[in-house]
Amino acid sequence: MIHSLFLINCSGDIFLEKHWKSVVSQSVCDYFFEAQEKAIDVENVPPVISTPHHYLISIYRDKIFFVSVIQTEVPPLFVIEFLHRVADTFQDYFGECSETAIKDNVVIVYELLEEMLDNGFPLATESNILKELIKPPTILRSVVNSITGSSNVGDTLPTGQLSNIPWRRAGVKYTNNEAYFDVIEEIDAIIDKSGSTVFAEIQGVIDSCIKLSGMPDLSLSFMNPRLLDDVSFHPCIRFKRWESERVLSFIPPDGNFRLISYRVSSQNLVAIPVYVKHTISFKEYSSSGRFDVTIGPKQNMGKTVEGVVMTVHMPKAVLNMNLTATQGSYTFDPVTKVLTWDVGKITPQKLPNLKGIVNLQSGAPKPEENPSLNIQFKIQQLAISGLKVNRLDMYGEKYKPFKGVKYITKAGKFQVRT
Amino acid sequence: MTDSKYFTTTKKGEIFELKAELNSDKKEKKKEAVKKVIASMTVGKDVSALFPDVVNCMQTDNLELKKLVYLYLMNYAKSQPDMAIMAVNTFVKDCEDPNPLIRALAVRTMGCIRVDKITEYLCEPLRKCLKDEDPYVRKTAAVCVAKLHDINAQLVEDQGFLDTLKDLISDSNPMVVANAVAALSEIAESHPSSNLLDLNPQSINKLLTALNECTEWGQIFILDCLANYMPKDDREAQSICERVTPRLSHANSAVVLSAVKVLMKFMEMLSKDLDYYGTLLKKLAPPLVTLLSAEPELQYVALRNINLIVQKRPEILKHEMKVFFVKYNDPIYVKLEKLDIMIRLASQANIAQVLAELKEYATEVDVDFVRKAVRAIGRCAIKVEQSAERCVSTLLDLIQTKVNYVVQEAIVVIKDIFRKYPNKYESVIATLCENLDSLDEPEARAAMIWIVGEYAERIDNADELLESFLEGFHDESTQVQLQLLTAIVKLFLKKPTETQELVQQVLSLATQDSDNPDLRDRGYIYWRLLSTDPVAAKEVVLAEKPLISEETDLIEPTLLDELICYIGTLASVYHKPPSAFVEGSRGVVHKSLPPRTGSSESAESPDTAPSGVQAAEQPAVIPTQGDLLGDLLNLDLGPPVSGPPIATSSVQMGAVDLLGGGLDSLMGDESEGLRSDVGGSPAMGGSGSFAPAPSTAVPTNLGAPLGSGLGDLFDLTGGVGTLSGSYVAPKTVWLPAMKAKGLEISGTFSRQVGSISMDLVLTNKALQVMSDFAIQFNRNSFGLAPAAPLQVHAPLAPNQSVEISLPLNTVGSVMKMDPLNNLQVAVKNNIDVFYFSTLYPLHILFVEDGKMERQMFLATWKDIPNENEAQFQIKDCSLNADAVSSKLQGSNIFTIAKRNVEGQDMLYQSLKLTNGIWVLAELRIQPSNPSFTLSLKCRAPEVSQYVYQAYETILKN
Repeated sequence: MIHSLFLINCSGDIFLEKHWKSVVSQSVCDYFFEAQEKAIDVENVPPVISTPHHYLISIYRDKIFFVSVIQTEVPPLFVIEFLHRVADTFQDYFGECSETAIKDNVVIVYELLEEMLDNGFPLATESNILKELIKPPTILRSVVNSITGSSNVGDTLPTGQLSNIPWRRAGVKYTNNEAYFDVIEEIDAIIDKSGSTVFAEIQGVIDSCIKLSGMPDLSLSFMNPRLLDDVSFHPCIRFKRWESERVLSFIPPDGNFRLISYRVSSQNLVAIPVYVKHTISFKEYSSSGRFDVTIGPKQNMGKTVEGVVMTVHMPKAVLNMNLTATQGSYTFDPVTKVLTWDVGKITPQKLPNLKGIVNLQSGAPKPEENPSLNIQFKIQQLAISGLKVNRLDMYGEKYKPFKGVKYITKAGKFQVRT
Repeated sequence: MTDSKYFTTTKKGEIFELKAELNSDKKEKKKEAVKKVIASMTVGKDVSALFPDVVNCMQTDNLELKKLVYLYLMNYAKSQPDMAIMAVNTFVKDCEDPNPLIRALAVRTMGCIRVDKITEYLCEPLRKCLKDEDPYVRKTAAVCVAKLHDINAQLVEDQGFLDTLKDLISDSNPMVVANAVAALSEIAESHPSSNLLDLNPQSINKLLTALNECTEWGQIFILDCLANYMPKDDREAQSICERVTPRLSHANSAVVLSAVKVLMKFMEMLSKDLDYYGTLLKKLAPPLVTLLSAEPELQYVALRNINLIVQKRPEILKHEMKVFFVKYNDPIYVKLEKLDIMIRLASQANIAQVLAELKEYATEVDVDFVRKAVRAIGRCAIKVEQSAERCVSTLLDLIQTKVNYVVQEAIVVIKDIFRKYPNKYESVIATLCENLDSLDEPEARAAMIWIVGEYAERIDNADELLESFLEGFHDESTQVQLQLLTAIVKLFLKKPTETQELVQQVLSLATQDSDNPDLRDRGYIYWRLLSTDPVAAKEVVLAEKPLISEETDLIEPTLLDELICYIGTLASVYHKPPSAFVEGSRGVVHKSLPPRTGSSESAESPDTAPSGVQAAEQPAVIPTQGDLLGDLLNLDLGPPVSGPPIATSSVQMGAVDLLGGGLDSLMGDESEGLRSDVGGSPAMGGSGSFAPAPSTAVPTNLGAPLGSGLGDLFDLTGGVGTLSGSYVAPKTVWLPAMKAKGLEISGTFSRQVGSISMDLVLTNKALQVMSDFAIQFNRNSFGLAPAAPLQVHAPLAPNQSVEISLPLNTVGSVMKMDPLNNLQVAVKNNIDVFYFSTLYPLHILFVEDGKMERQMFLATWKDIPNENEAQFQIKDCSLNADAVSSKLQGSNIFTIAKRNVEGQDMLYQSLKLTNGIWVLAELRIQPSNPSFTLSLKCRAPEVSQYVYQAYETILKN
């Protein structure tokens, strides 16, 4: 089970430690630092490191390493999932998961960690329950607390803790009863030099914001549920109903949560909404090169592609870039060699283009690698897979809730090879 | 109003200030002070000096303050055990509190205080809490049992908490069930022998019900626990699978992977004809793919597991190749794993896509990744024959890029392609030769030299090329030197006229100027071969080479099956069984897949002999690896040359010694050559025919003292001797397959008519054929040594076993071992060298002329000082005196006289060890008492104990 947790920032300072069993000396982190040094890039630190007496399992989130120490055979995924849950909880409580936020709320952090894990066993990780046990800090509450001397630790047993629906707290009351669903789809794709699709799939999620009083029992149905053949559910969803009727039936947690995540991978369903025309070439022995990229819309179901940003990791030999953009603005960071072009909206009449000269280190050989173009974009009011919510029904409560569904398509890991 | 203010008071009198604040009357100030203390604690500052002051704050109604104090206590109680006692009363009181939150908090905190003295006080409250009416308290108490067990295991057992915990598995609340399972699993891990989680169909049913209702974490524990269950038939397995399958759609990846483990394991029991089997296979793919869209850390663990699953059941993911395509911003650890799986999934159907991808990767920035991608192209060529041509042209394209490390990797893999498809792609050699100068890595140089040597007849300037390498011969690495030597000899045999000078030069460099024994020996061999019989030399050196196998890095099936049982654990990340790396898991029970019970299907289901017992049966005296290696390093491995081995060979006697030694070392490094896939030296391949042919006649009496034959005769005439030979113990496993790359050795020792032999069963549990067996003993107490080489006539095919009786003699070199009868053995095959140690029963050393004259016996008995006498009890033996004496005689313990004194039978016996040590014995047998008393007298008293052991083994079997 999880023995200890160390939080380490990018400069290698351990700024928080928590032990659930006996105390493990900080020096165990030296093995982690060693691996970090070897990895050079922070992202490349291996998640599982073995040391003579312990195993270190770590995640890297928001510029913080969450390093857990374990001593016995434990499923590493369990540890990694838990660490992500810890980071999520911090995010949820403090609005951001950063070193300053954690340091500012160190006592709450400590209380949370103690509540989340007992002797290495996860205890309460649902945000609904945690919030009943330990109230999140707000400016108002801290003022009230300091005046009245009351505390932000609840002194009653969280009601959901033991019921069959541990994710929902009892006695929820709202004056406006609302249920919102955001269908968010991200396109992961690799496009090769010639513009054909090497690989494409859609990672979709339905994030919900449910503010309903009492114990509502919801069922959500789709126009085309057959699209969803690979899904992961929030524990609240009744699996049997889905298996038999393809309807999502559930008693929702209170507040924000991810209802389902799904994956659509059959090639013909994944439309690629943009295309990129590119020439990036370096001349032999002349220490310069040409750069010319045009982005255009394609298969976007009549919706506008917006929020387009292109980032390129240029080869090490590139010193500087002299470009002109017909639309938007570009920056090139000569230290990290990252070119960022903020395009904005694509209008089919006038395609955005970025063109110019690349300056190379003089005398350096022609770069071997071809930089990949990373594209980001957004399309509002469209689920690219074609998924559509049919209706939402509520049982168990009398009032009439306000319902809303929003669709959005984004680029996930969308890469164009050159 | 943030907590960061607590960090700011780092002045000198900090502790002093805090002390004052803690003792303040104002509640609010107290709380603030405790918060400051906690804040200091979180960053690792030592605030233990404040212990009494903080404990004083414990009695409060304020829950937050109470929690904070508890936090502090958990951290520092260990360093202040005496002070911690002060807190006990409050704990006990809190356990009675009407608020279940406080009861649970108290029992939880008490468990975290790792102080022995406190644990005693904890028992009563814990017992109450385990039976508490509130499930929240019960589930907290369940975890507390595990905590307590960690501190004081004996106490937990004595107090009967384990039974209470087992009862909780049937609790009505699923959370309590989940926590009870988690606690029991943790306790069971430190007590592998105890069957705490003794599951039966009823409890399985309980768990499956709880599985649907408990939290995600509880589900993980329950699924892991289910995976250890062995269903009684395929029907039960199927019904469990059906109830576990919904977990595959869980959002928590750890739940998914644990469910995959259960399904993969129980699937083994299902018949393949079943429709359900196919459905299940289909259901497994999507969740595994989904894991790959998670965070990179999760992806990594998932990929390591998918690697195992793909090896076990490639059909699951065969259509999902594309999800393993690498994105340029994946972390390197994800990239490398994806690449590995891509190769495993490569097939004729998708090879075009894979190759295009791999070519793309070869132009990436990350050098390690690029190298692996180039290597992967080669592996594809070897795996999918139809693609070989395309792979070769892709590799040529890459060579044209002239990027140094790409070229070198490409040349290394092209060499493997040549070995797989000889005489097919040699047209590319010219291109390769152009890049000769840019090669600076030993492996690439060795590969290039091998190619030049192998195809010397087609390369016009082969002699010049090789000569250019020869200039810097001494600066090359061994790998390159060996390869160069072989290549030039090949060249000489192919073009003898022009290259005489060259071959002489390299032979003299190798034999005279080199300090490396491998190189020197190989040099001598070639020299002798060429000078005695060039025709034979040609046959040996230019022999047909075996093709290299398709998949080089598959995990051994036995290991794979074990690892499948560990899906989702650390073992699956490291691809090693937990026994190999988890600390303190000495007695870890090996897990194995359940055998298929459905229709008869032998083709697929691998031979999974229950490996659980192996660990327990290993001799307990295996010395630490370091010692053993140290000792055995002195030995030269390979068949010993002591006997009359090469008498049949036509080679001059002068060469015998040299050849023997040389071959040994050659054979020794053959395995190495194969492993690194350089394996180019044909001499190695041919060496089998030159291996010293042992005389087929079993060398009887080789080791026994000369008089033994006479002794036998006398016994025969005396009419008391039984010719059955001495007692032979049943075979035990000496070297489990797990430790020896698939080679399992079991055996025993026997003595028949004066000759000792070691009866071995070698079983090949690996994928590949094993050959070139040899055995060697370390020096031991009685000079035991193999009297003939280990003769395995045919190569041992996978899943085959062979029985061998290896004759032993006692003329080897002697070194005293501890324990005395410890024997350290090294066994070599074409894969590697393996070491194990075993204990031999002393009675195999009792010689046939061990009968002493009566007078002599009396005199010797008196002569040996009394302090050398040792007494032992042989219990529970129901034989009478005559039976005893004839039984012992069978094992060369001779009864010289028998007396009856006061109703007791006294047997006077003698025996002699192979090294001439006499042991005299007096055995007292009372007719009514099954315990015998054995007194032993010997000039070397250290053997007495082992003689006693021998007595016991003989008499009890």
